[in-house]
Amino acid sequence: MPRRAAALLAATLGVALAGCAPVADGAGSPATGDSSGSDQVSLTVFAAASLTEAFDELAARFEERTPAVDVRLSFGGSSALAQQLVEGAPADVFAAAAEAPMQTLVDAGLVEEPVVFATNTLELVVPAGDPAGVEGLADLARDELRIALCDPSVPCGAASDELLRAEGVEAAPDTLESDVKAVLTKVSLGEVDAALVYRTDVLAAGDAVEGIEVPAAASVVNRYPIAAVTGSAAADAAAAFVAFVTGDEGRQVLDGAGFGAP
Amino acid sequence: MTTRPGAATGRLAWPVAALALVGLAVLVLPLVTLVARAPWADLPELVARESVREALVLSLVTAVIATGLCLVLGVPLAALLARAADWPTLPRRLLRAAVTVPLVLPPVVGGIALLMLLGRRGPVGSLLEAWFGVGVPFTTGAVVLAQVFVALPFLVFAVEGALRTADRRTELAAATLGASRWQVFRHVTLPVVAPGVAAGAVLCFTRALGEFGATITFAGSLPGVTRTLPIASYLAMQTDPDEAVALALLLLGVSVAVLLALRDRWLPGVRG
Repeated sequence: MPRRAAALLAATLGVALAGCAPVADGAGSPATGDSSGSDQVSLTVFAAASLTEAFDELAARFEERTPAVDVRLSFGGSSALAQQLVEGAPADVFAAAAEAPMQTLVDAGLVEEPVVFATNTLELVVPAGDPAGVEGLADLARDELRIALCDPSVPCGAASDELLRAEGVEAAPDTLESDVKAVLTKVSLGEVDAALVYRTDVLAAGDAVEGIEVPAAASVVNRYPIAAVTGSAAADAAAAFVAFVTGDEGRQVLDGAGFGAP
Repeated sequence: MTTRPGAATGRLAWPVAALALVGLAVLVLPLVTLVARAPWADLPELVARESVREALVLSLVTAVIATGLCLVLGVPLAALLARAADWPTLPRRLLRAAVTVPLVLPPVVGGIALLMLLGRRGPVGSLLEAWFGVGVPFTTGAVVLAQVFVALPFLVFAVEGALRTADRRTELAAATLGASRWQVFRHVTLPVVAPGVAAGAVLCFTRALGEFGATITFAGSLPGVTRTLPIASYLAMQTDPDEAVALALLLLGVSVAVLLALRDRWLPGVRG
């Protein structure tokens, strides 16, 4: 009995450990042109939450082009992702919603030359039907309304702060969320009356929300940089993906999602 | 399968002992590293920050209130659960499952469920909004509710364990001597289970203090209103890991202090 238990335990541990092992087979092999097809390259891309829809499509198209590469996307607040990379998270490409989180990685010597590939601006967003009668940025100061904003520690929050300060609006937020998609969810659920998100998020959310353009938002532009991570095990695939995103087809997808040109 | 007397006691077989040590290391090493890596020199400055103080006060206040609510609701629920031992199987199991589920559920799921119920479009939330004009999410009250949701089972099981091991004959004797049900509960049952209640309350408090997932989903994150210590720590990790570690140390310190004060008492109470 003890022996059987020990064998079972060993087997379990073995499986668990195998699961933890990095998927590094085929690492270093060329991303494209390898017709053997047996050694798949796994490419991990960390991307800002606001890039979710655009990068889902970009990854699908890229995989179609280069079947040997399996793209794995991880979305989150740019600052959190940057911090994870500093702590050694195994990503091959990083795309941020602003230059500050990318600079953290440049300073740490973790990325090659970042390239700005898209721009984004903020928009006021309200639940479908605008139940609270929100008309403009000034409404964010109305205390009786429920307002969600991004936390100033993430790019959309920093941009929101800048915009509100420039317009002299003393916002009365009820929650400061850790990424832009969390803010958007609170709006589409109708839990808040208004919020500031990127115009691309308003587009992505469809009918659940309505966007209200803020003219002054044009002066607060977020620039999105992308870079391959230094020493990536899939360096070729990483470079190919960056080239794809910054290339013509990438531009076309990003355009469709509402991102501005760099 | 060895049943020789004496074999069960004494020293463990070496593979068992070795695995036990590995298990212990899995639990303890990360926390030891946290303590070792802490920015001790900057700690006073970090802890004195307004944002940290605010989060600490909010966490302590909400956790105390949540513990109070858990006592008020949990002791009767534990009494019901202990009584349910005489019930038919199905209702008894359903009741036990209902109390246990929040214990094993990811707290985020609890937060989503609370938001669906009490959000302004939820069945209860919409009524509260229509009748009293109050919204529950994004308030300090929502933080307390989230904490109660995740912490209540700890109190219930600690108290129930005490109730089940208590001697029912004293209660019967009191009843025979003419005490009402309430008198029996107040003067006989409660004093007997008081240690279990105390242990449950302390566990409940530490669990409430550490609540993160349900809080961020249901209550949001606003400094001074809903941003508790765990949430502040999570957010700080994105921009200022030193502050995050300082906040984490605060939480760890409070939890360990509370558990040390409990000694071994809590273990027998927490049985599913």
